[in-house]
Amino acid sequence: MNDILAQLEQRRAVARSGGGAHRVAAQHAKGKLTARERIELLLDDGSFEEYDMFVRHRCTDFGMEADRPAGDGVVTGWGTVNGRMVYVFSQDFTVFGGSLSETHAQKICKIMDMALQNGAPVIGINDSGGARIQEGVASLAGYAEVFQRNVLASGVVPQISLIMGPCAGGAVYSPAMTDFIFMVKDTSYMFVTGPDVVKTVTNEVVTAEDLGGASTHTKKSSVADGAFENDVEALAEARRLIDFLPLSNRTAGPVRPFFDDVARVENSLDTLIPDNPNQPYDMKELILKLADEGDFFEIQKDYAANIIIGFLRLEGRSVGVVANQPMVLAGCLDIDSSRKAARFVRFCDAFEIPILTLVDVPGFLPGVAQELGGVIKHGAKLLFAYGEATVPKVTVITRKAYGGAYDVMASKHLRGDVNYAWPTAEIAVMGAKGASEILYRSELGDPAQIAQRAKDYEARFANPFVAAERGFIDEVILPHSTRRRVARAFAALRGKKLSNPWKKHDNIPL
Amino acid sequence: MFKKILIANRGEIACRVIKTARKMGIATVAVYSDADRNALHVKMADEAVHIGASPANQSYIVIDKIMAAVRASGAEAVHPGYGFLSENRAFAAALEAEGVVFIGPPSSAIEAMGDKITSKKIAQEAGVSTVPGYMGLIADADDAVKIAGQVGYPVMIKASAGGGGKGMRIAWSESEVKEGFESSKNEAAASFGDDRIFIEKFVTQPRHIEIQVLADSHGNCVYLHERECSIQRRNQKVIEEAPSPFLDAATRKAMGEQACALARAVGYTSAGTVEFIVDGARNFYFLEMNTRLQVEHPVTELITGVDLVEQMIRVAAGQALPFAQGDLQINGWAMESRLYAEDPYRNFLPSIGRLTRYRPPVESASAEVVVRNDTGVFEGGEISMYYDPMIAKLCTWAPTRLQSIEAMRLALDTFEVEGIGHNLPFVAAVMDHPRFVSGNITTAFIAEEYPEGFQGAVLDSSTLRRAAAAACAMNFVAEVRRTRISGTMDNHERKVGRDWVVTLQDVAHRVTLAPDRDGSTVTFADGAALRVTSDWTPGQPLARLLVDGTPLVMKVGKIPSGFRLRLRGADLKCHVRTPRAAELALLMPEKMPPDTSRFLLCPMPGLVVKINVAEGDEVQEGQALATVEAMKMENILKAERRGVVKKISASAGASLRVDDIIMEFE
Repeated sequence: MNDILAQLEQRRAVARSGGGAHRVAAQHAKGKLTARERIELLLDDGSFEEYDMFVRHRCTDFGMEADRPAGDGVVTGWGTVNGRMVYVFSQDFTVFGGSLSETHAQKICKIMDMALQNGAPVIGINDSGGARIQEGVASLAGYAEVFQRNVLASGVVPQISLIMGPCAGGAVYSPAMTDFIFMVKDTSYMFVTGPDVVKTVTNEVVTAEDLGGASTHTKKSSVADGAFENDVEALAEARRLIDFLPLSNRTAGPVRPFFDDVARVENSLDTLIPDNPNQPYDMKELILKLADEGDFFEIQKDYAANIIIGFLRLEGRSVGVVANQPMVLAGCLDIDSSRKAARFVRFCDAFEIPILTLVDVPGFLPGVAQELGGVIKHGAKLLFAYGEATVPKVTVITRKAYGGAYDVMASKHLRGDVNYAWPTAEIAVMGAKGASEILYRSELGDPAQIAQRAKDYEARFANPFVAAERGFIDEVILPHSTRRRVARAFAALRGKKLSNPWKKHDNIPL
Repeated sequence: MFKKILIANRGEIACRVIKTARKMGIATVAVYSDADRNALHVKMADEAVHIGASPANQSYIVIDKIMAAVRASGAEAVHPGYGFLSENRAFAAALEAEGVVFIGPPSSAIEAMGDKITSKKIAQEAGVSTVPGYMGLIADADDAVKIAGQVGYPVMIKASAGGGGKGMRIAWSESEVKEGFESSKNEAAASFGDDRIFIEKFVTQPRHIEIQVLADSHGNCVYLHERECSIQRRNQKVIEEAPSPFLDAATRKAMGEQACALARAVGYTSAGTVEFIVDGARNFYFLEMNTRLQVEHPVTELITGVDLVEQMIRVAAGQALPFAQGDLQINGWAMESRLYAEDPYRNFLPSIGRLTRYRPPVESASAEVVVRNDTGVFEGGEISMYYDPMIAKLCTWAPTRLQSIEAMRLALDTFEVEGIGHNLPFVAAVMDHPRFVSGNITTAFIAEEYPEGFQGAVLDSSTLRRAAAAACAMNFVAEVRRTRISGTMDNHERKVGRDWVVTLQDVAHRVTLAPDRDGSTVTFADGAALRVTSDWTPGQPLARLLVDGTPLVMKVGKIPSGFRLRLRGADLKCHVRTPRAAELALLMPEKMPPDTSRFLLCPMPGLVVKINVAEGDEVQEGQALATVEAMKMENILKAERRGVVKKISASAGASLRVDDIIMEFE
């Protein structure tokens, strides 16, 4: 009996050693942790329950039958993050370069099926050279099985991808369909075709880093939602994000004890809006002063910075924030910012995370590039996302809310539940100068007269009261009491029930 | 006594004067420029008058505008504060002409002392010892070079009307005289509307010690002892104290009596300050007389118990001084730290912007310690580019110098200023500097002790341990809270461990934490244990702890997987990890910050005045590349090494932000 037990330990030890000490050392030399080390850091100490440790590939081509390591290049199972359950798979680059075989894919699919059934997030740690060429179409089929599960899980359980090494070819499409992608600077890259193929086909010379590194995907392509310095930091931040998310669309969002005053007064917000309407200010200051304990988890901070998205807590409960950032492009909406915010709004709606919208928007960005780029359809994404969202929606207009962009930004008309405005708000069709130049076109030759018209327009319309008179604004609030007002608004909305007409699914302008 | 006075100033000094006036039952009138519409002094005053555009030369130093405000408000007297019109003879005369009392000396005294050349002559005649120098006016840069040669290097180039370091340069060579003369002249013209310059010998290894005098119109003149202001950067005072750790009773008396003799010689009334340079043998030389209230007057108030502003007002109202020389004793020790919006990590360049957080230590007074904070700003207020970048003057008093320093350390650790760069970490570092603590200081202290600038204080191992223990205890509180999230698996909750590795300033401390009801005990690998108690909770930006029974105060920020801790002038990244996580973290590669040495970056927000080189030029180390103006100061940006200019990205007149690229080198 003892021998048999010992044998299990021995088999386990072999499986845990992955590709062997030599390959582990090579992995470390690249500044990367191994698949199991990553799981150790992601999960609570001692909480990992591994499955399929002894799964081996069944390939017999190209001499593969001679090398059948236990685990087949991916470690799968579940564990807890601060006591809450998550499923995890972690590709092992030390085994066949983490390449995906039929059985490797089956292991991933197994835990994804469990996650969907049992209602817990899936965290995928990607570090793979791609398809296992030796397995041919079986490997491709494996990818597709994973893809299908990503699709089915979308909106049911949160899916987070951590890219911690190469992720190329078909492999990119699994993370692409998850909710959040985080990359590690300098050691991870994602692309459909690598630099060599690019060179052959288009004759463009590009490095892997420039084509698909963390910087490229967080700043230019917006494929990734965040980049971190190293594996340790990325895993710690993933834990932090998980604490904001519900386990599935069947469970309520997490509530955590908080150490902050719900009614905390921030007098400095009374001077946040500069006297000059054309002067920017940092909307992040408002976000940080609203949040419990000043804690804000920003998503896609390096992309389309004219809109800010991320998570904070109010009274210990998660809230998704969408905020125009006057510091960048005057906070206007454009193609990139609309797409960025729309996807975030839909994530929050899917998982019943209330949405706080902070508005200072002068309108949509004009320009040929924007129109030819399809700003109509892209802008409509954000409009659509807000319009279909049934979660509690609280909106605060701090300054400008002009034109169609006013409508888009979680206005009353898109079923905003509580719409507040600061006294500095200007809710109007457009700015005073533009409006008077259209309304008084005949007086354009007389600058003094036009200036007077603009001044009159400003006095009449550049305030929140025209909208408040119609009930489009529920209340004009003092900036210093915004935290209390917003927290109470969400508290009052905890029992909100609202559903959309039955449909198979909607047809958002993709 | 006056019923209403106007304060022809802004910022902390206007607030300071308003406080005393209010205490005396006198109504106050503030004046303000566009930029100061929402300023603290405007809120504090009983009434406020708008006097023009933001630049001081369109508001605070325009005599007509102040006079109009005086007339409109019906103020009977005007307190000028310091700077601006405080030493402007024409202003004092204009007030006199309209029968409004100037709360300061007679205009004749301002005139006599206001010009540094004449004042020196008068001082010599009054029997006050003076520094050798050239008393005449200087025509141009060539003339300046000639005169500097005669006086002997090093020389000090000074604006005749100057003060506070503006328009002042030290030159060690002919080329520096040329450069310094031009920039002094420009600064003097911009700041004071008077571009006269003079040159004197620069006394090396000096201490700056000044005597506070107070005289009334009844022939009484007393000295309120000295202030030592040797901790200066570019001739700008940073830390002042009273008394001086250097003077003996005999020197103090001699200096005090000479100061009074000078005051009497010019028929001085009100508060004034006679500045001396004192060498290592306690020889003292007259430098100048400031015919106004000094920035650093609070330290004198703290050791003498005299409210100088009150006495100025009383003297101006014709009252006699209520005390004689014999009544003025030195009681205890006072320190003042000037907090400036100057970024010490960027060579003290001005930093303007919004104060997103401003929480000074609570003012208090007891027999053991006094904390006083003179300020003109508030949270949510703006540090504007138009005026002096002073944020506050933090003062502490205690019976002894060491106790006063310790009180200052704690007060600085407690002082929260966010949103802009500021010199608080630097001042805190000086408070811990052994040479400063010993009292063995000169005006060259900063240049000698921080020759490479300031990169943050390096804490001693015992302070680091205390911080590490505190961080471990704080992390434990945060970790335990993380486990209290809803939705955990029943019976499989996370257990927070007891063994931790705290990494601080690249040193790893292996510790074991034992929590109890009121705090925790952190035991280090060598067996030493520190008990930590605190009411800190996650998210609090200021942690007040007791570590082994003594207070430790730190500013706490978030960084990925750790804390940012600021204390005692140090800015530390702190990670608290399980032993396994710490082991894995060691495998992570060290990443170097991107190389910016090929670029000349704009070190502060400002206006490009001049680009001195062209693309393709070869530049030498130290060569002037560009001039950027910020806060009225012209900053010459010099090449750090030899190189060739590849591309120039900014042109004269451009308004740049911090780290904008000015030029690129090959």
